[in-house]
Amino acid sequence: MFGLHQRLERRTLALSLAIIVAASIGGLVEIAPLFTIHQTVEDAPDMRVYTPLELAGRNIYIREGCYACHSQMIRTLRDEVERYGPYSLAVESKYDHPMLWGSKRTGPDLARLGGKYSDAWHVAHLESPRAVVPESVMPAYRWLSRNPLRVSDLPAHLRAQKAVGVPYSDAMIAHAEQDAFGQSAPDSPQAAGVTARYGEATNLRAFDGRPDRLTEMDALVAYLQILGRLTDAAHRPVAAVAR
Amino acid sequence: MIAELTRGERQAALIILCVLAFTGLLMAGFGRESALDFHGALVLALSVAGLFAVIRGYYAPPPDPARLREYFDAPGRAGILLAMGWAVIGMFFGVWVAALLAWPDLNFDSEFTSFGRIRPIHTTGVIFGFGGNALIATSFYVMQRTSRARIRDQLGAWFVLLGYNLFCLLAVTGYALGVTQSKEYAEPEWYADLWLVVVWVVYFAIYLRTLAHRKEPHIYVANWYYLAFILVVAMLHIVNNLAFPISLGSDKSYSLFAGVQDALTEWWYGHNAVAFFLTSGFLGMMYYFLPVRAGRPIYSYRMSIISFWGITFMYMWVGSHHLHYTALPQWVQTLGMTFSIVLLVPSWGSAANALLTLNGAWHKVRDDATLRFMMVSAVFYGLTTFEGSFLAIRSVNSLSHYTDWTVGHVHAGALGWVAMISFGAIYASVPWLWKRERMYSTRLVEAHFWLALGGTVVYVVAMWNSGIIQGLMWRTYTESGTLAYSFVDSVAAMHPYYIARAFGGLLFLTGAVIGCVNIALTIRHAPAPAAAADAEPPAAGQLQPAE
Repeated sequence: MFGLHQRLERRTLALSLAIIVAASIGGLVEIAPLFTIHQTVEDAPDMRVYTPLELAGRNIYIREGCYACHSQMIRTLRDEVERYGPYSLAVESKYDHPMLWGSKRTGPDLARLGGKYSDAWHVAHLESPRAVVPESVMPAYRWLSRNPLRVSDLPAHLRAQKAVGVPYSDAMIAHAEQDAFGQSAPDSPQAAGVTARYGEATNLRAFDGRPDRLTEMDALVAYLQILGRLTDAAHRPVAAVAR
Repeated sequence: MIAELTRGERQAALIILCVLAFTGLLMAGFGRESALDFHGALVLALSVAGLFAVIRGYYAPPPDPARLREYFDAPGRAGILLAMGWAVIGMFFGVWVAALLAWPDLNFDSEFTSFGRIRPIHTTGVIFGFGGNALIATSFYVMQRTSRARIRDQLGAWFVLLGYNLFCLLAVTGYALGVTQSKEYAEPEWYADLWLVVVWVVYFAIYLRTLAHRKEPHIYVANWYYLAFILVVAMLHIVNNLAFPISLGSDKSYSLFAGVQDALTEWWYGHNAVAFFLTSGFLGMMYYFLPVRAGRPIYSYRMSIISFWGITFMYMWVGSHHLHYTALPQWVQTLGMTFSIVLLVPSWGSAANALLTLNGAWHKVRDDATLRFMMVSAVFYGLTTFEGSFLAIRSVNSLSHYTDWTVGHVHAGALGWVAMISFGAIYASVPWLWKRERMYSTRLVEAHFWLALGGTVVYVVAMWNSGIIQGLMWRTYTESGTLAYSFVDSVAAMHPYYIARAFGGLLFLTGAVIGCVNIALTIRHAPAPAAAADAEPPAAGQLQPAE
């Protein structure tokens, strides 16, 4: 064996090739089957996609690096289920490009945050975290209410999402801009199209409390309020999901 | 720098810089309303500055052919200075983000300095800025000496070093502007990723070409590790960063993978960035500088072989231990855990090989802070890999995951192993590279050593405490069977440890600043060696193991 190695370490290309082969096996055995074994991701026929406003909010969540302190993955442990809610299923992030499971909880898990607090609470908390939770070490995100949300590129965002496998329809892509506006202005004529395309359960509200303006705060709160609510699969008995 | 290039290389440099300037112009033109226009302007400005520098030196006399009898060390020298610069920047941001967790209003209410944006500046600054430059600089140094061959492609070596630093610059300025893929340790967006692929291909080509011209029959162990670093990092980088940009005029892209597949791809990348960026390359550094500095051959050739192939093969399986108890299928978690435990064998093989090499040279470890840096780094390497295997056990991980324990573990490796071996290698190579008798002040090296060791211990102990307390508070039940603490109770309990951690980081940063001062003084004021030949370290032949 060591004699063989004596010969190998005299040949640059053979050594390089051996390194590539040795290093490829682990990934091939572990990652490749996740794309082919059907049980990896549960079936959830009620799973819906993010609305353009929620997707924009998700991109703000990414931009601000929220994932560095907040996980979105409740583990199958008793204390986590009691603290945060039913443990996370793979299907719940199947449209998440990229996933935001996170690796650190400087703040609490957010996988089931949607609907837990009011919009006003979220706005107050993002504006000034310590005014709401005195012990918090979260930064204040005051610029979110100041910055108008950029909607002109939302069709391009949805098109790219469709290209990587999220089932957005052509109508969704075409109406992305007005759907973003309509979702945060329930009394506007654009609002009806949002429920038609994304379902009756979609939150239609002025998330930042001001229906006249579409801000980054609207988008982020819309996203936070949908966390864990794209499908009910996690709330059903495990056997039913597997079937 | 231009004077050393041949006429043909000067022309090639002009062409490359023109292409780069044009690319910058395109990025700035098409990248309206996104950070791409800022980055385009940055690329344009830097390449125009480069063009001026090349044009100014274009008609300088051709370089002396005698240079071909010496090693090509100019990019290595620049790489070491860049590494030290990035070390100070990256560690400064590290102390800042640490302070933000104790005093959250220290971001001065600016979006560009909020925690989520400057944390990746810290991680990229130290891992890729400091670590990457140290790896490139030492790899140029080591491959030439162990092959007894000069780098043939002078322009290519400069291209790799400067191109790599452009990547780092695009990355960190992007984070401040909110440009990120959110994949941990792979945050830079698609255009920066593509640029890194170009740089990396040239890097590999230089390595192959230099090895092909070697005058030693065998490729020395250090080069196996550097080769694995270059090849596997390329593989990881390309697969994990596969993404679809929303348009060529936008900085934003969407990952090709989603959900559980994306999670495992990310941690296959993430853990092997630890393995092949932060371990393999630095083991290459250790396998050269430790025996040279100690004046002893590597203890065991066979142990090197077993450790090398063990690390190369097994590390790739263990990424899934970052996803215990998650929605990842359990069979993958179990595989990851199993390989993580077995991995202790090659890891301790390397650590033991390093420490046993010091047998017969322990008096030097006592007297020489540079060698002590390398010795302590090997000890921390052994400790951290043991801790890593331990934390990968599923039931241990249920407590440690998501807590500061992981952060402590990472810093035991990053400060104790990666930074210490780098400082050791830098202190060893600076006098050789600048042809000085020794470092300007050995007492400053000594001061740096104790600050680095003290800072690491304070940091790691603070994070062990906070992590274990956090983990226990989250799972503690009252007698009536309800959770005993709310989440925010655990946040409040962390406060003293976060202060201690920031203090530990500050000690480490102070050491790095002292190191910079000492290196600057060495370059300017240290005496040249009496006889030039004495300063050169031995060639590879003398490094071969005793057996």
